[in-house]
Parts: sequence; C-alpha cells; structure tokens
Amino acid sequence: MRVLPVLLTVMPVPLLAATKGRAFFAIDAVEGWLFILLLLVIMILTTAIALKVRTGIIHTKSKRSDTAFEPTRFNEYISALNSKSIDTYLNLKKKQQRPTSGDLKGIGLLMIASLSSLPVASQQIDSSPSSLLQETGILITLVLLLIPVLAGLLLMAVKVAALVRRRNREQYLQQAAAFAHYLTTPDNPLIEEALQKRKRALAYQLHNKELAGDAPADDEKGLVGNINLHAGLSVVAQKQRAGRRPPVDPALSNLVMWYIGCAAFWLVVGTTVGEYVGIKFVSPDVDHVSWLSFGRLRPVHTNAVFWGWASLGMLGLGYYVVPRVSNVPLASLQQGWWALRLINTAVLLGSVSLMAGINNGGGEYREYIWPIQLLFGIGLLLTLSNFIRTIASRTTREIYISNWYIVAALMFALVISIVAYIPLWQDGLGETIIQGYYMHQGVGMWFMLFTLGIVYYFLPQQLNKPIYSYSLGILAFWAQILFYTLIGTHHFVFSAIPWWLQTVAIVGSVGMIIPVAAGTTNFFMTFRGGWHKLNNSYILPFFLVGVIFYFTGSLQGTAEAFRTTNLIWHFTDFTVAHSHLTMYGIVSFLLWAAIYAVVPRLSGKEAPQITVGAHFWLALIGLLFYTIPLMYGSTLRGIMWMQGKPFIDSVIMMAPYWLWRAIGGSLMWLSHLFFAYNLYKMMLGDDTADSRGAAVQRLNQSYSEIESTL
Amino acid sequence: MEFFDDHKRLYRTAFLLFIILTLFVAIIPAMTNQHNNAPLPDASSLSAAARSGKALFISNGCVACHTQQVRNVDMDKVWGGRPGIAADYADNHRTDFWRNTATLMGTERTGPDLTDVGNRQPSLDWHLTHLFNPRIVAPASIMPAYPWLFQARDTASISDVIVKVPEEYIPAGTVIVATQDALDLVAYLQELKQVKLPDGVGVPAFLYGSIATTTTAASGTPDGATLYTSNCQSCHQQNGEGLKGAFPSLKGSKVVLDPDPIQLVDVIMNGFDARVSEGYGIMPAVGTNSHLSAEEVTAIMNHERSSWGNNAPAVTTAQVRKYLEEINAKAANK
Repeated sequence: MRVLPVLLTVMPVPLLAATKGRAFFAIDAVEGWLFILLLLVIMILTTAIALKVRTGIIHTKSKRSDTAFEPTRFNEYISALNSKSIDTYLNLKKKQQRPTSGDLKGIGLLMIASLSSLPVASQQIDSSPSSLLQETGILITLVLLLIPVLAGLLLMAVKVAALVRRRNREQYLQQAAAFAHYLTTPDNPLIEEALQKRKRALAYQLHNKELAGDAPADDEKGLVGNINLHAGLSVVAQKQRAGRRPPVDPALSNLVMWYIGCAAFWLVVGTTVGEYVGIKFVSPDVDHVSWLSFGRLRPVHTNAVFWGWASLGMLGLGYYVVPRVSNVPLASLQQGWWALRLINTAVLLGSVSLMAGINNGGGEYREYIWPIQLLFGIGLLLTLSNFIRTIASRTTREIYISNWYIVAALMFALVISIVAYIPLWQDGLGETIIQGYYMHQGVGMWFMLFTLGIVYYFLPQQLNKPIYSYSLGILAFWAQILFYTLIGTHHFVFSAIPWWLQTVAIVGSVGMIIPVAAGTTNFFMTFRGGWHKLNNSYILPFFLVGVIFYFTGSLQGTAEAFRTTNLIWHFTDFTVAHSHLTMYGIVSFLLWAAIYAVVPRLSGKEAPQITVGAHFWLALIGLLFYTIPLMYGSTLRGIMWMQGKPFIDSVIMMAPYWLWRAIGGSLMWLSHLFFAYNLYKMMLGDDTADSRGAAVQRLNQSYSEIESTL
Repeated sequence: MEFFDDHKRLYRTAFLLFIILTLFVAIIPAMTNQHNNAPLPDASSLSAAARSGKALFISNGCVACHTQQVRNVDMDKVWGGRPGIAADYADNHRTDFWRNTATLMGTERTGPDLTDVGNRQPSLDWHLTHLFNPRIVAPASIMPAYPWLFQARDTASISDVIVKVPEEYIPAGTVIVATQDALDLVAYLQELKQVKLPDGVGVPAFLYGSIATTTTAASGTPDGATLYTSNCQSCHQQNGEGLKGAFPSLKGSKVVLDPDPIQLVDVIMNGFDARVSEGYGIMPAVGTNSHLSAEEVTAIMNHERSSWGNNAPAVTTAQVRKYLEEINAKAANK
C-alpha cells in the first residue's frame, strides 16, 4: 500500500500537461472521467499487488516451518537483553535446579518482543492505461463498477494484513521458545560468560567527574557570566541578559536615549491616531469633530510614524553606530541636539496643522507645508554634516558598510525632499510624477537604506560574528540605488502619466529582487551557525521577523507592480496592508531589535523579559491579524470591481475585513504601550535585579560620607 | 579597494548616481509634462466657489479615499466616458505661497472616484444631505459626516439653503442650513466633469476589456438589481422608497407602474425636473450620462416594476427600443 501515494503523485502530471490552459477537471469531459477511471484502475492494481506481496510473505514464512534456534545469531539476541532479564536468567541458573522450561521460555518471549519485524519488500509497478474507450457514458459506468470492486479489494487487504500480523506473532513465539530451549541446554559455559559480560557492560556508568575533577567550581578570571543563581520556575523562558560592555561616553548616551525616547513617544502618539483611524472604518460616526475627521487624521498618523517614530529612532541609532564604527567620538553633540529639537518641532507643528486643516496638497507623506518640512530638512542636513565629519576623522581605514547606508540615506532623503518641495516642476501631471518618485523614495531611500545600515551593525554584533559577506552588502547597496530610484511611478500604473515611465517603474520593481535577495541572503547566512542563539535571546527574534518581512514584504511590492496585479489590487486596502508589512514588519521590528540591543548598553539597565516578550508577540500577531484579512478582502474587492459589481457592494463586503484590521491594529497599539514601558524600565527604571552593583554603590557612598565627616 | 576607503569619492559617486537617475525618472519627465500639455479647448477653469471648495477638499484630506483618475482599463469605465489624459490635469497650478499643486489623483479608492461626479450626481440636495451625514442616503457608507459644514437653526431666512435631513438626525425644532463652505464644496464636486475631447482627437482605448461584465453569467442579459444599485440606489434607496421630501419613492409610483412606460424610459435617459416645486431634487440624465444600452434600461425598469411590492408586467427590449426612438424623434423635432 505504500506505493499508492507515490503513484498518485506521479500519474496526474502528464494528464495535467495535456489539459493545460483549460479547467483541470470538468464533469462533462471525457478526460475527467478517464482520469478517475485510471485512478481507480491504479488503486485496484496497487491493492492487488500489495495483496500478492503479503500472501507471498505468508507463504515463505509458513514454508520455513522449522523454527530451530540458530546459534550464529546468538550475539544478536544477547544484545537485545536488558540487565533485569539477564539477572533473572542467571539466578535461575545459579539455583542449579531442574529448570522448568516454561520459565525460560517466558524470558525468551520477553527478549523476542523487542526484535523488529521483517521489512516488506517494495515492488516496482508499471501500468499503462488503455485509451480505447472514449465514450463518457461507458467510462462513467466503468467507474461506478470499479468502485465496489475497489472497496472489496481494500477490505480483503485489511483482512490479509490482520492474518499476516497473527502469523508473525506465532512465528515470534516459536522463535522465543527455540531460544529459551537453547539457553536451557546444560554444559554450555559460553552462554553464561557472554551473559555476565553483557551484564557488566550494561552496568557501566560515567561518574560525571572524569573531566571536571573533584575541586569546587571557581571562576578565577571572571569569564562566566549570565548565571541565574535563583533558578525557580519562571513564567517565561529566561533569555540571556545584556552583556557588560565598555562604557559609552555619557553625553552621547544621553543624546541617543533622548532620540529613542522621542521616537517612542511619537510611536505611541502616531499609532494611537492610527488605531483611531482604523476604528473609523468600522464606526464612521464615532465622532463629528472636524479636527478628528478621517481625512485629517490619516496624514497625522502616517507622518507622525514616519518622521516622528521611524526617523527619530533611526537617527538615534545612527548617532550610536556612526562614531562607533569610525572609532572616533561624534563630531558635534550640539548639532545632534539641534537636529532632535528641529525634527520634534516639525512633527508637532505638522500634526497640529494637519488637524487644523492646513495641508500641502494631499500628496502622501508631503502633507506638511514647506515651512514645517523645512525644519525637518535642516535637522537632516545638520545630521548629515555631523556624520560625514565624524567619518572623515575615522581611525579605521575602511568605511564600515553601515556608514555607507546611513550617509547615503541622509543624502538621498535631502535630495527627495528638495525635489518634492521645489515648485518648478509641479504643474499638472508634473506633480503626480514627482509624487510617485517622492513617496517611494521616502520609503526606499530613507527608511529602508538607513535601517539596513543599522542592521549591518547590530545583527552581527548580536550574533557575535562578522557579517557573512561584505561584497553582498556592497552589491545590495548599488543595486538598491539603481533600481529603487526608478520604481516610484508604479503607484500610478494605468494613469495619465507617460506609459514608458510606468514601464520603467515596473521593470525597476522587478530589478528590486537583486538587492532584496542579496540583503536577505547576507542576513540569513550571518544567522547560519548561530540559530541556537535565537532561543536564548530576546533581541534576535525581532531581527529574524524583520529580515523575513524584508524578503516577503519587498517581493510583495514587486508582485504588486505588474500591470495585471494592478488591475486587482490597485486602489484597494492591499496597498495599506503592504505598507504596514514593510514599514512595520521590516523597519519597526528592526528598529526595536536595535533599540533593545543598544539601550541596556547605554543605561546599564534592562527591561523585564516578560514585557519584551509581550511586546514582540502582540506586535507580530497584531500585524498578521491586520494584514492578512486586509489582503484577502482587498483581493475580493478588486475582483468585484473587475466584474463590474456596484461600488457600494464592495464597501459592504469589506466590513468584516476592516473589523479584523481594527482588531489587529489594537494588538499592535497595545504592544507599543509595552514597548514604551520597556523603554522606561531600560532608561529610568531601578534595576533591582542587580543588587551587587547597588551594594558597591552603597559602600562608596558610606565611605565618602565617612571621609567628609573626617 | 581604494575607492571604497575614500569617503569623499564613495559618497560623491553614490550621490551623483542618485541625482542622475532622479533627473531621468522624475525631474525631466515632470518638466516635459508640464510644458507639453495644455487644458483641453472645451475645459473651463473652476469657478470662484469651486476653487474654495477645492481648498476644503484638500484641507479635509478627501483625497485619502477618493481618486480622481479614470484609468485606461475597462473596470474604470464606470467612473467616466474615457480614460484620463495628461491634458485633463494641465490646469492644476500651485495653490498659493504655502501650498503645493494639488492634482488630487489619489492612490486609494475607499470611496468612489470623483473624476466625473459632476455628471454622475449633479444634485445639490443630494450632496448636501450626503455631506451632512452619508448614512442618510447610503446606509452602508463609511464616509465621515461633515456636520461642521452646516448649522442647526431655529428658523431659516429666505437666503438660506435648507438641507433635507430626516428628523431623527437633527435636534427637534431646528432646521439644518448649509454654510458657504458646504455650498462651495458641492460647487467643486458639481464642476468635476470629464471634458469632451476635441473632434478628430482619438479617444484612448480602455484595456483589458474581456474581464469586466455586468451581465449575469447564466442568462447573458444585464442584471437589473446590480444596475439599479450602481445607478439609482444612492437617491431612490435600496427599498425603492427614496427619501421623504428629497427623492421620490418608486414604490407604487405611477410612472414606474405605467402599462405603457414611455415616461419612465424618458426619465431614466434624460432626467426629470417636473416635481421640483414639491421640494424634490432635479433628477440628472442618468441613462445618457452612464451610456446605458436599451438592454440595460430594460433590466432596470423590470427590476423597478417587480420589486418592493411593485407588480407590473415586464417590458421587452424591443418595446424600450421603440420608446427610445420616439423620445429621440420628439427631441429632434424640438
């Protein structure tokens, strides 16, 4: 019977090939019935052959009726014995009483029970279907006839299998009896010796001190860390605690932590708005306040998480990474603080002005009017000059790949902002072409490039090994610039912008496979050999999720760019799901990973692992609840539009998927509260877990008190 | 490699590559488009009211859900008579010193496309009621309500535009009056119309035509219920009862149940304004605007004549064709 599934998978292939381009199976087609017929014939044949094999086995077994024990197989039998059965035997032997063969036979049975059964020989089967019959009616009749035949054969097979099993059992009993009989034959010292030897072998055990010795454990050089001395039952699995690192300049530390703290603030604010906007899809009349209406809050959400959360988070990590890999202090801390102030001001003013109804023109992500976005731009410019000066004074010869990505991201972000806000080329469709360029470069050249730079530093650091391939990183860098710059207008496929420009964008989207595959390969190969660390770290899971979404999310973008997929998915919430898979699944997860890695180094404090876990799982599950129903519903919606269904019907159809989006969004939002709490614990919390440091501090304090009183 | 270790050369190269690509995929195409396109000869600039309405449209972020582009694919036929071309957007210029151009093409179609909404739904009454609360005219809509564009007053003066709102939506003893903002916004929507291409200019084709269909798979005839939902339901409602004082009921309507329903054909194709004195809105020429075929008109009529308790005999396409000829002949004589 084991050959059946194999045949089933092999046989339909030529049939599939023959019916390509048509429905695989149609009830009124000859091919369909022929296929079923063929299937039935094969099943019957297989059953018949299986029966033949089984009966053949029975036949040979019953032929070999002499069940005398073969002494050549003695060792084989002995090795199957455990010490208890040997003891039983030896005790019996020792008594030197006339042993009743029954006892020994029982032991023999015990021994035999652990021997395995004979493997069934597999058979090659070949059958060729006859194609004489072309009449559907006849084929149907044949199929109907064959069904009961097959059922009968199956029943017979079951019966025969039972027979074989019974026959086998009898055989084992006979063999056991023979073995027992052999053991009871007197005057064979060899048997006893072999059994004694086997018993000694079984009794041998290591005493676990062969390598360690008897001396008590002592860590003279202080090499062992992360010992959990109070190992009780923990609610969640204990992960490795952050290692102690050479101290970072406290002034830089402070700057980085302020950046990350502000980023977390905007994350909570921005996603609170996002959550509320998501609820409005389910309950549009939840409020009637102009400042809170959907159209005004939506850009507040997107801009706050873009320029507030992700940008500040990236910059904060950049302020840590750039001087670190250049092996010099940051060129100017003061400029870092100014950039932080400017960007925060921009997001605050931008959010308020959008709610007040001041909007640059409705182009996504450039809804802030130019005086506000200018503040952001100056912040970036200050940071760029700061970073370049830091890198220029580096003490390493090479420029680490992170600094390629980070500096390039800052340069490109400035370029796209200038291109997007200069009015010289924005009349008519010019605005749309620039909009396509800007909105996608914002994502790909600013967020993606900068985040990758951060990953190239923190992922190898967390895995404690170098990045797999420097050259793959370089390839991905240039390929990203080459292809990503082209793809902006794929947001306006089939629109009035030039057809060739749309085609270029689609081609560029396909080209994105190169940097994405190169980057993903690089990260996964860096993971290779370090997978076990995943188990023991609360940071690496964030990296893993980020890298997986980097691959799937980015390639989803490629898939969405084609003209045919644009028919289904364009204008639907599929785009919204995609942007969350990427901006959240990739950028946010990777930023969280880096933040959980870096903040304990700066502050010396860690977040409770249980709330880090809660953050991770709520964010991940929330994201999946958010995106999967939305993608499914949007696909249905696109198909409804293509079928010319009334528009309002597609709104009604989407209702449950919008509800799921709100549920997923709520989980994501909840996870951000956990993140904010974790950040608070890492930055300002009291690290009671490490009382040793506090004790020394106390000592120092009392010592200085004594000194001062003297 | 030497090159990779020199930060100036490395960053300059990356910067230059990006600038060159930016020039070719963004700046040059944008400038070419800007210079090579002019508004169509038949296009008229937005009125002053519509311009301030457009400003409201921008500041309230309506573009988040409403596109303004008819793509050159068959499924977009419902949003306009022809695909959009660059000239349609050529008259968009910088809004003011503070704000950028707004072509408002959009990337999300959570709500209907508005390219041609001025032809599809010209009724001021409908728009005002819909803006006050979309659920009044479209119960399944998830569009926000815009009550801050309206005022609840005890009495209305002669110059006020009173909005037709069912009693349960307003405080007792008040009337809802449209503010200038609401009227401007509607003016903008009413002026959103696809401009006819000049004679002799080839109309771009709708692509991927084989996929879209409004016919039911089984019979091959148009589905009246679907067509009714798309073309009639926003005013006359799913239950055919319309809205009291705003849109007449089709349930038990003499025009609908007429055994010789030539007037119904006329109303569907050319609109209706005979009951404005009773407070009802003007019905637009739905059939003409949406290019409904005789088969489709027949399907809609039969749906109306057999739903909501209506029970009039079915009309045939041949009958409708005959009526259409009569109506056209009458129009030609005028």
